[in-house]
Order: sequence, then C-alpha cells, then structure tokens
Amino acid sequence: MSSNWIDIGGLADIPAAGARVAHTPAGRLAVFRTVDDKVYAMDDKCPHRGGPLSQGMVYGHKVSCAMHGLNIDLATGEAVAPDEGCVRRFPVKVEGGRILLDLSAASAELDKGAA
Amino acid sequence: MAREKLVVIGNGMAGARLLEEILDLAPERYDITVLGAEPHGNYNRILLSHVLSGEKEFATTILNDEDWYKRHGIKLGLGSPVVAIDRIHREAVTEDGTRTPYDRLVLATGSRPVILPVSGNDLPGVQTFREIKDVERMIEASRWARRAVVIGGGLLGLEAAHGLMCRGMEVTVVHLVDRLMERQLDDQAARLLEQTLRGRGMRILLGKETESILGDGRVQGVRFKDGTEVLADLVVMAVGIRPDTGLARAAGIHCERGVVVSDTMQTYDPRVYAIGECVQHRGETFGLVAPLFRQARVCASHLAEKGYVRFEVASTSTKLKISGIDLYSAGNFQGGDGTEQMVMQDAGQGVYKKLVIRGNKLEGALLYGDTTDEAWYYDLIRQGTDVSGLRPHLLFAQAHHCGDSGHSGNLSVASMPDDTEVCGCNGVSKGAIVQAITEKGLFTLEEVRAHTKASASCGSCSGKVEQILAFTLGGSFSPAPKEKPICACTDHTHDEVRKAIREQHLLTVADTMSFLGWRTPDGCPKCRPALNYYLVATWPGEAVDDPQSRVHNERVHANLQQDGTYSVVPRTWGGLTNAAELKAVAEVAERMGVPVKITGGQRLAIPFVKKEDLPAIWAELGKAGLQSGYAYGKAVRSVKSCVGKGLCRWGTQDSLGLGIRMEKTFWGAWTPHKFKMGVSGCPRNCAESTIKDFGVVGVDSGWELHVGGTCGVRVRATDLLCKVASDDEVVEYAAAFLQFYREEGHYMERSSGWIERVGMAYVREGVVEDSDRRAKLAARFFHAQKFAQVDPWLARADGRDAHEFAAMMEPAAAE
Ligand code: SRM
Ligand SMILES: Cc1cc2nc3c(=O)[nH]c(=O)nc-3n(C[C@H](O)[C@H](O)[C@H](O)COP(=O)(O)OP(=O)(O)OC[C@H]3O[C@@H](n4cnc5c(N)ncnc54)[C@H](O)[C@@H]3O)c2cc1C
Ligand code: SF4
Ligand code: FES
Repeated sequence: MSSNWIDIGGLADIPAAGARVAHTPAGRLAVFRTVDDKVYAMDDKCPHRGGPLSQGMVYGHKVSCAMHGLNIDLATGEAVAPDEGCVRRFPVKVEGGRILLDLSAASAELDKGAA
Repeated sequence: MAREKLVVIGNGMAGARLLEEILDLAPERYDITVLGAEPHGNYNRILLSHVLSGEKEFATTILNDEDWYKRHGIKLGLGSPVVAIDRIHREAVTEDGTRTPYDRLVLATGSRPVILPVSGNDLPGVQTFREIKDVERMIEASRWARRAVVIGGGLLGLEAAHGLMCRGMEVTVVHLVDRLMERQLDDQAARLLEQTLRGRGMRILLGKETESILGDGRVQGVRFKDGTEVLADLVVMAVGIRPDTGLARAAGIHCERGVVVSDTMQTYDPRVYAIGECVQHRGETFGLVAPLFRQARVCASHLAEKGYVRFEVASTSTKLKISGIDLYSAGNFQGGDGTEQMVMQDAGQGVYKKLVIRGNKLEGALLYGDTTDEAWYYDLIRQGTDVSGLRPHLLFAQAHHCGDSGHSGNLSVASMPDDTEVCGCNGVSKGAIVQAITEKGLFTLEEVRAHTKASASCGSCSGKVEQILAFTLGGSFSPAPKEKPICACTDHTHDEVRKAIREQHLLTVADTMSFLGWRTPDGCPKCRPALNYYLVATWPGEAVDDPQSRVHNERVHANLQQDGTYSVVPRTWGGLTNAAELKAVAEVAERMGVPVKITGGQRLAIPFVKKEDLPAIWAELGKAGLQSGYAYGKAVRSVKSCVGKGLCRWGTQDSLGLGIRMEKTFWGAWTPHKFKMGVSGCPRNCAESTIKDFGVVGVDSGWELHVGGTCGVRVRATDLLCKVASDDEVVEYAAAFLQFYREEGHYMERSSGWIERVGMAYVREGVVEDSDRRAKLAARFFHAQKFAQVDPWLARADGRDAHEFAAMMEPAAAE
C-alpha cells in the first residue's frame, strides 16, 4: 500500500485536548489532539446522527460528541460501549511539529496505532 | 538522645507497610531512610493487573506519594538500587555511590520473576510482569502488536493474559502442566476455569514446554519441545518468582532459597532484618501480601521494642482478579490421606464448591462461581472450629445455616461473628471494622480503608466492607445521605472538590485533578466542566478558564443546532429592543437568507448560522450595541419583564425599568446551571416570575422576592424569600442569593434542586436573616462581576480563539 502524506498544519494549531476541522480531498475530517499530544484524524461525522465530531470534548483518547454525547475511542474509531458505531480513521504522523495525514488508506485498515 | 538510623532497602509492599507500622508504634524513634530501585513513591503492586486491563489508572494505585514521605520526615532515595551492604561500617551503598549509614537495616527487596533459560529470552518484546514499567511496556506494545503469548498459566499469567485481552490483543496462554493454576485449583475447577476463559476468546495450550523464543531483532514466536510453534509480537513470562537475595548473599548474610530469618524477622546479623518475598522463614517462602503484612508488623514491633510478637505461618487464601470470574481457594483443598471431601457442583450455574475435612475440622475450601461464603470458610479453617454440627449445611453456606432464605447481603453480615476475617490481605476482622466505624464515626468505604486498611490492598472485599458499614450505620446512626462522587474519574464529591479548590487556592483544572488524585489524565465530559465552573466561580480573575473544559456551546458562545449550524441570540435588555437593534438583526438575517425566531425568553434568535460566519456576524451586531445573550451558557440568562407601571394600567411598580437594571447588573455571571430571572409589575405576574430562578413581583409596598422556580423538565413554582421596599434592595438580595447559589450549588443543579437539597430555611438564613452575611455575599458577587462582564462575542469578533472558528485546511486548499 503506497502512502501519500500531506501536511495539514502544525501541532500547535490544535489546542491540547482539542480538535480542528480539515477540509481535505478525502472530505471533511476532524483532527484531534489529546492531552498527551497524540493526534488522530477521522471523518467529521458521528455515527449516531452525523454530528460534527470535531466539536466534541476530547478527554483521554476519546471524544464525546457535542450533539448527544456518544463517545468515540480515537485510537480505534469505535464507539465506546454500550454505544455502537464506528468512524473511518486516517493515519497520522507528527514530524517536526507538523501534522501529516495519509489519505490513501481511505479504507483505514489500521492495526498500527496512529502517531 | 540522638535518634537511631533505620534504613529500609526496597520500597515495595512489605517495605512500605513496615514504615506505616513503625510510624504507628514509635514515630519518634528512628531517622528513617528508604532506598528503592523503582522511581516512584510506593504503589499497590497487586493492582497492576487492573492497570494492565485498564480498570484502573496507575495514579490510583499509589499508596504513599512523595509528599507523604516528606510529611513524615522519611528520607526517600528513589531510582537507584542498593548495590552493597557494608556491614563493617554499617552503610548501604547505592549504585550512584551514595553511602547511607544505618544502625538497623531492613531488607525488603521482594523477589524477581523467573526468566526461562531458553534461547531468545532476551529479545525485545519478551518480558515479565512485576513492576509498573513492565505494565507500561505491555500497554505500549498492545497499541500496535496483535498477538501475545503468555508463558505460565498460574494466577499471574492469567491476570496478564486477561489484561492484554482487554487491551485488544489475541492472547495465547501456554502452560507446562496439563491444567491451569494447579497450585490453587483441583482438576475440576481448573477445567471450569479453562472453559470460561476459552469462551472469552483466550487460547490455552496445556502441557507445552517452551524450547526457544523465536525472532530476528524482535520476538516473533515461541517454539515448543514438541516441535510446534506459535506466532507472537509480545511474550510475557509469568513462570514464577525467586526471592531477591543477591544483596544479602553478597554481604555474607545467610541465605538459602531466601534470606533466612527468625520468628522476629532478624537475619543472622541481628542488626539486619528482612521481610517480604525475599525471606525464607522456617523453610517457607512467600508470594502473597497477607503474610508479608504480618511480617512487617512483627518487624516493626521488634524495632520499636514493643511487646514480643512472633511471626507464625498461617494458612493463606487466594483469589483470581479477573472481572466476572469468582474463584477462591484456601488451605489444603486438594485433600489426601485421612481427609474427606464434600463437593457441590451445578454445571448449569457454573458453580463448583469443594470442602476438605479432616476429623471434625475444615482444612481447605475451593470455590468457583459463588464465593459469597469465602470468609466464613476461611474462618472455620483458621480457627480450627469443630464443624461436625454444621455438616448438613456446610456446603450451602452460612446464610442458609442461619435461616436467611437467600436475600444475603445485610443478613449474612449481621450473622457474621465478630472475629471473622473480612480483609484477607490485611487481616482485618469484622469486629475491628465495626469498632472503627462506631468509635471513629466513619461513614464511607474510603474512611474505613484509611483507618483499618480493610479493602486497601487487592480490594476484593470492598463489597463486604460496605455491607458492614451499611449494617453498622443502619441501626443506631442515621447518617447523612452519602454524596456521590462527581464521576468515575474520582471518589471525591462536588463539595469535597469545592472545598479543596477554596482551601488550596487551586487555579487550574489540571492542578485540581492532580491535587485530588484524579484517576484519569484529563477527566471526562462530566467532571471537566464542573471543575472549570468551580474554579472560575471560586477564584474570579485568578482561575484559568479552560475552553477545552467548557461544554461545547459555552466554548463556542452559540447554540449548536441539529444540522451543525448555530443560533445567535443577542441580549435584549429586559425584553426591550429598538429600531437600530432590530435593523441590525434584520440585515444579518437578510444577508444570510435566514429567518428570525422570537424566543420563549423575550429575545430574537438568528438560526442556521455557519460556525465560520459567527465572528463576522457578532462584529456586525456589536456595531449596533448588541452583545451575547448567553443563551448557550450555564449563566445568567434573560430577565423577562412585563411592561409595568409606566405603561400598564394595573402596574404598581416599574418592572421594565427594574428588569433592565437587573439584566445589566447580572449579565455575564457563570452559575452552576442556567439562571433565569423575571420581574412582574403586579401579582398578575405577566413575566411568569414565579417559575424563575429569581422572580420579582411588584406589590403596593415594594417587591416580593421569589426563588427556586423552574419550568423545564419539571415544573416548580418558586418559594417566597421575603419582601423588600426598594429597587436597590432587590438588587442586593438578588446578588446575595445568586452568589450563595454560585458558591454552594452543584454543577448542573438548578437553583430549585439546590434549594430542595439544602432547605429553604438555610437559604433564608444566609440571604435574609443575617444582613452581614448578605452584604458579604453580595460584595463577593460584585467583585466577581468585574471580571465576568466582558462580552465574549466582541472578544471573538476581535480575533480571540480564532482557531475555534476557522478550519485548519479550508476547502479551497484541498483542491
Ligand atoms: C431558543 C429557545 C427556544 C425558543 O425558540 O424559544 C430555547 C432553546 C433551547 N433550550 Fe430552552 N430555550 C428557550 C427557552 C426555554 C424556556 C422558557 C424561558 O426561558 O422562559 C425554558 C423553561 C424555563 C426554565 O428554564 O426553567 C427552557 C428550558 C430548557 C431546558 C430545561 C431546563 C430544566 O432545568 O429543566 C433545557 C435543557 C438544559 O438546559 O439542560 C433547554 C435547552 C435548550 C437548548 C439550549 C438545547 C441545546 O442544548 O441545544 C435549546 C437551543 C436550541 C437552539 O437551536 O438554539 N431549555 N428553555 C428559548 C431561548 C430563550 C432565550 O431567549 O434565551
Ligand atoms: C501483577 C501482580 C498481581 C498480584 N496480585 C496479588 C494478589 O491478588 N494478592 C496477593 O496477596 N498478592 C499478589 N501479588 C503479589 C504481591 O504483589 C507481592 O507478594 C508483594 O508485592 C511482595 O512484596 P515485597 O515488598 O516483598 O516485594 P515488592 O513489592 O516487589 O517490593 C520490593 C521492592 O524492592 C525493590 N528492590 C529490590 N532490590 C533492591 C535494591 N537492591 N535496592 C533498592 N531497592 C530494591 C524493588 O524494586 C521493589 O520495588 C501480585 C503481584 C503481581 C506482580
Ligand atoms: S423545547 Fe427547547 S430543547 Fe426542546 S426542541 Fe424546543 S428548543 Fe429544543
Ligand atoms: S450525532 Fe453524535 S451523539 Fe448524536
């Protein structure tokens, strides 16, 4: 699988325990930064009713949707039990303070955790 | 007299317990130094299993943090192991060269995990399960690795395997013997356990001897003597432990399998004691905390020269700490010559019980699936009770025997004799717990834990301790209803958190969490907004208001609507607006092509606004003097007012004038939940003041003040607070009431809920009866307002938090 990293901005552009929206060729993505500076990217669309996940509260490695509070595990893209659903994730790496996304793996078959 | 110098080597479970015992018995006697190889204060090693499985955060396993050592004047040397004991000069030498003199020395170095002597055992990815750093490595590996092999199907191996499965790994347990946990289980129970674990997806290979660990630069698999192999990205060895005697041996202290000690825990050098897993006592070594804690007590009392306690070996019991599996064994449960066995098996329920009896005494018990009566059996075993009279009921539990027809709980606690051991790890009896509860006035599990140590180690008796608490308090006490913790991240209640913020002058969410020992690194959506509110309300102008801890609408200063757009609701003071404001609203609506909604709060709402357009719209509205209406906040909302005496033929007071004044005075204040006000000019009450948090109703002689109304999910009419004569008094009373609620209300508790919790009499006492208190409350409120009345829209129109409203990558850049 070929990878194709694109630079979407600096780590410092996202507040810790926060998120931003990025409009990419793969669509509108939510890019999360956790309190320990891990970065995750996924479709900005809640599996519940499509709410913008980028607006949720980031805590630990989870985000709680701002619409009705569904929780998503950022590392897996899966809803936290007892809720159900999952979101398409994209590989991320942080290099020299820049955030790079790999949009080629749109199917997000990822076992290796994001950076 | 100069104090003697006591040095403890090893800051593990036994070493730490020794310190506590000494501080208890002879706090002044020694200058104490602790030298520990691990770079942490002391933590509860037993709970590492739960840290691995994710049921607990490491922070919650800390028994004594570094501050504790400071407070007790104990010197703590961390992160550097002791490499030699110089018995001639009486000094302990650490790796970094420091020499610490001692008069008495205690070895508490624990044991080391056994590493199989097979090729590849040193490959990266092969590891043991003993310290927090092992757990951290496993968690790290589980982030990317898929397959784990755990070598060893004993207690520790299975807990490791369970933890790794919880972390999402495919786990294979490999065991040399042909059944799991052969030392704690008989064949029957081992099969039941195996079945359950397999049912949960654990792979189990029995009767397999490891020949080598495979891998090139990193572990890739395990090969067995029978020629078969399994793939592995991580290999955990849990094949046993060996007392850590290296240091003692090198110093010439007599060791066999462990450091040999007497009944007073002294080694062959009487100045040197040893306790914990590193020792050998009368030929035996140890692997569970209960005997180690007793050793620590014996050693402490000897060091304190108090009494003459001796260490005696007693039968031990074990439990498997895998959630959802109840498994307990104690004493000799294998049976053997001269014993009889009683067995009960209910395959359908997955219950298996076996009791081993010798003569008229119970000698061992093995329980699978139903462990409710473990304490009772353990007692009968330890005390050597004559059980011949109990035999018909023995298998069917103490509760049954005592006539309880099955609703267990309190009754079985009630009938439990006082000397029944409830906490096996710490040897605490029911009687000791009851005594502590009644004498020291304890109300919570945490308090009992702190005073008696019951449930402080592996925690599996917590439920029993709580039952005893309920039972003991239930009768003679009528305890205050127990406040619940804020959320699962902490055991602290709302009031405890507020108290800490006040007393410790805490100013940030992170500091508050760290001071109160939060279990999670940055809380959850439930506690974070609460902490942020408490900080901002307690330390106006000082506390750091954390946007990431605000609920979404408050962070963005608008209401998120169902299609992802926002509504914009400016203030219309007291419900009064004018042509210029209306024009500004109309122009924005026209430009955006959206309607204008008249809200239930007497204001105008512009719906369907895209997030990125918000700052510009706010700038535009701001030019006409419109500012945020806080329709999104746990804050002072609108002040609804009727036209009043200036216009209405019935009006007795100028409700519109007062309504405007109140809104101008109170806007911007953050509150535990939304706070709505209303001012009506006469008792016809057109502003619906009697369903507001603070309602004002004009009467001939002045104003009636009403509080605690709401018309949301549950309708509640206000309580009358008092009557006042002037507008100034209304403002003062409202400020005092608002501040009282701000200081004592729990986050997400409307004023109605707060009043129902504390009682109207209490509220009246603070706001009405005590004029001094009222003045102080109001003064605190007005002080806070100096920092609060900054229009958030204007600030954002001027560029504050710009990252909130702009995307990182705009659509154009994506082309
Ligand atoms: C806009 C408005 C409805 C309207 O079109 O009239 C409204 C809209 C919302 N209300 Fe309301 N409430 C509005 C008047 C009321 C009223 C009537 C009043 O204030 O006179 C009440 C009952 C009175 C009361 O609060 O006691 C009311 C009781 C609630 C409740 C229930 C509160 C409770 O304690 O039970 C909620 C839920 C909450 O706050 O947790 C709520 C929450 C909401 C939220 C913020 C829900 C949300 O989180 O998104 C709604 C935002 C929708 C949006 O698209 O903006 N709204 N809401 C009204 C705005 C008033 C204003 O100008 O500020
Ligand atoms: C994952 C796990 C789960 C467990 N579950 C249970 C359970 O449910 N119930 C139960 O009863 N027991 C359980 N145990 C066993 C229990 O934790 C041990 O019996 C207990 O910790 C032993 O205490 P100790 O003080 O002798 O040794 P430790 O707690 O290991 O402490 C020894 C300390 O000494 C330090 N040290 C060693 N050498 C030196 C040196 N030269 N210089 C300085 N410091 C040194 C070590 O770094 C260590 O910190 C469990 C153990 C593990 C690992
Ligand atoms: S009553 Fe309030 S919360 Fe319910 S739909 Fe209407 S505006 Fe929304
Ligand atoms: S849309 Fe996310 S929880 Fe409903």
